[in-house]
Amino acid sequence: MNKIFEVPLYAYERSEDQDAPTPVRHPVVVIGAGPIGLAAAIDLAQRDVPVVVLDDNDKVSFGSRAICFAQRPLEILDRLGAGKAMVEKGVEWDVGKVYFDERQVYQFDLMPEAGFQFPAFINLQQYYFEDYLVQRARALQAEGKPIEIRGRNKVEAIGTHDDHVALEIETPEGAYTIEADWLIACDGANSPTRRMLGLDFVGRVFEDNFLIADVVMEADFPTERWFWFDPPFNRGQSALLHKQPDGVWRIDLQLGWDIDKEEEKKPENVIPRLKQMLGDDVEFELEWVSIYTFQCRRMEKFRHGRVLFAGDSAHQVSPFGARGANSGVQDTDNLIWKLKLVMDGHAPEALLDTYNAERVHGADENILNSTRSTDFITPKSEISRVLRDAVLDLSERYEFARPLVNSGRLSVPCTYDGSPLNSADALDGGPHRTRPGSPCPDVPLGEGFLLPLLADRFTLLTIDADAPDGFEEDGIPVTRLALKSTDDTSRALARRYLGDAKSAVYLIRPDQHVAARRDAWNEDLFRAALRRATGKEL
Amino acid sequence: MSDLILTPNIESHDDFYADLLAAHEGLSKAESDAYNARLILILANQIGERDTLRAALDAAKRKG
Repeated sequence: MNKIFEVPLYAYERSEDQDAPTPVRHPVVVIGAGPIGLAAAIDLAQRDVPVVVLDDNDKVSFGSRAICFAQRPLEILDRLGAGKAMVEKGVEWDVGKVYFDERQVYQFDLMPEAGFQFPAFINLQQYYFEDYLVQRARALQAEGKPIEIRGRNKVEAIGTHDDHVALEIETPEGAYTIEADWLIACDGANSPTRRMLGLDFVGRVFEDNFLIADVVMEADFPTERWFWFDPPFNRGQSALLHKQPDGVWRIDLQLGWDIDKEEEKKPENVIPRLKQMLGDDVEFELEWVSIYTFQCRRMEKFRHGRVLFAGDSAHQVSPFGARGANSGVQDTDNLIWKLKLVMDGHAPEALLDTYNAERVHGADENILNSTRSTDFITPKSEISRVLRDAVLDLSERYEFARPLVNSGRLSVPCTYDGSPLNSADALDGGPHRTRPGSPCPDVPLGEGFLLPLLADRFTLLTIDADAPDGFEEDGIPVTRLALKSTDDTSRALARRYLGDAKSAVYLIRPDQHVAARRDAWNEDLFRAALRRATGKEL
Repeated sequence: MSDLILTPNIESHDDFYADLLAAHEGLSKAESDAYNARLILILANQIGERDTLRAALDAAKRKG
């Protein structure tokens, strides 16, 4: 068994707060030191906002869990100081194969678009991801940044007030109480915070069970994603094989609804199945086996006064399409800059309601996509199975049917169309992909890339256009990044940001989404766009 | 407005109908269902346009 599961990453230590005569007030408390809680905390600490992370455990999560990380989350994690470590360790893949019954019906190549610093996807066990984030948190602590992770600190009760939240915490040395101006709940799909506050979590339960097995194989299998519909080794069901680092392979087997979970999990039942799948002569070792069911649901609102929900605590999707951890990282990316502005008094509290609006939009998109994948993979009626099988049959011979095959639509970043923070698009001929609300696509610039230059503040990006070096509105600074279309010889900058326009000026938010764009600088209009993007025109 | 054609448009309609029946001849119910599904998908790809397909889906719901 992998050692990483056994070593406490953030062992319990007594905090001064436990000996304080009255509850100590913290600016921000995060519940949950999983990937999303840690991402939130790192983002806050990088902005010098003191943050305490509470977790009822002290180790990384057990088993591989979330294993597929998409480009946009990797870009966000790069801003948080962990993206490069993930890519270095992760496995990149481009080729996928689709099997139906006993035969391969087709294969595809993702053919990732060139000119991005980060790959379209990597596979990496969640425990590495958590480990890198904890390492990053430790590095920030060493730099004197105000971030603290308290292991084996279990929140037992939450009191909500107009201007703060009170938390009763149980530890190995007894209970204590702290207060927080703001609470971010990243405590997972079964969120105790949500339960303690008596909040809803509605959606659709899928009547199905999936067995996940991590196996260590010596075999020299190619680095590809293999998906089976109705294979001989798992009749009437589906199966997925995916590579992870360290010679670990993720195998997902759909089991159906009426099964005995404990029985199915036993090695004597798992191993024969895997032998059928991998072939009798392949040597492998079982590292982790788990059975899960899933649901597609979300909270009605992600903000409840001073409590903000992010990640699986706010929304849950099926695993098809890798939209769980990936969307959680986009939640905190959206939330933290807004929270900082509100805490500093530079923006009204209503700005936080746009976190709700924008990320509910994202969650709905993810739920829609993953529900459709699930309906394709596990048809719920006879006719939906007939249609699904027809698509698969046709896909072998006819290219037209291949896009209909849905074994998971892999996570793409959410564009906040219709967000109240957007200014109307005023760049004639500008590319659709960089319209207001869009996440900025990366562009190669000499030795480096565009996104690291945008960093985590408001940026005025000018391309072949004049503008002042920056401006300030209500204490919020905007820094200009002046580029020429010729700065990128691959012409990706022109294709992604100019389109048919001769010049462009973009106002870009701290989460690297476009707030406004036009063909030239105009002080009044960009000041108005900044006010709008910071919730002052709501 | 969609371009769904609901006036006669099939060339040699009696021949087409006979071809359609012939295609199902000798098939079991399950094979016929599968055949119909493949045929729908092939025809849908030929049409392509979303509005027209939606209009066809709606039109098929009305039984006279």
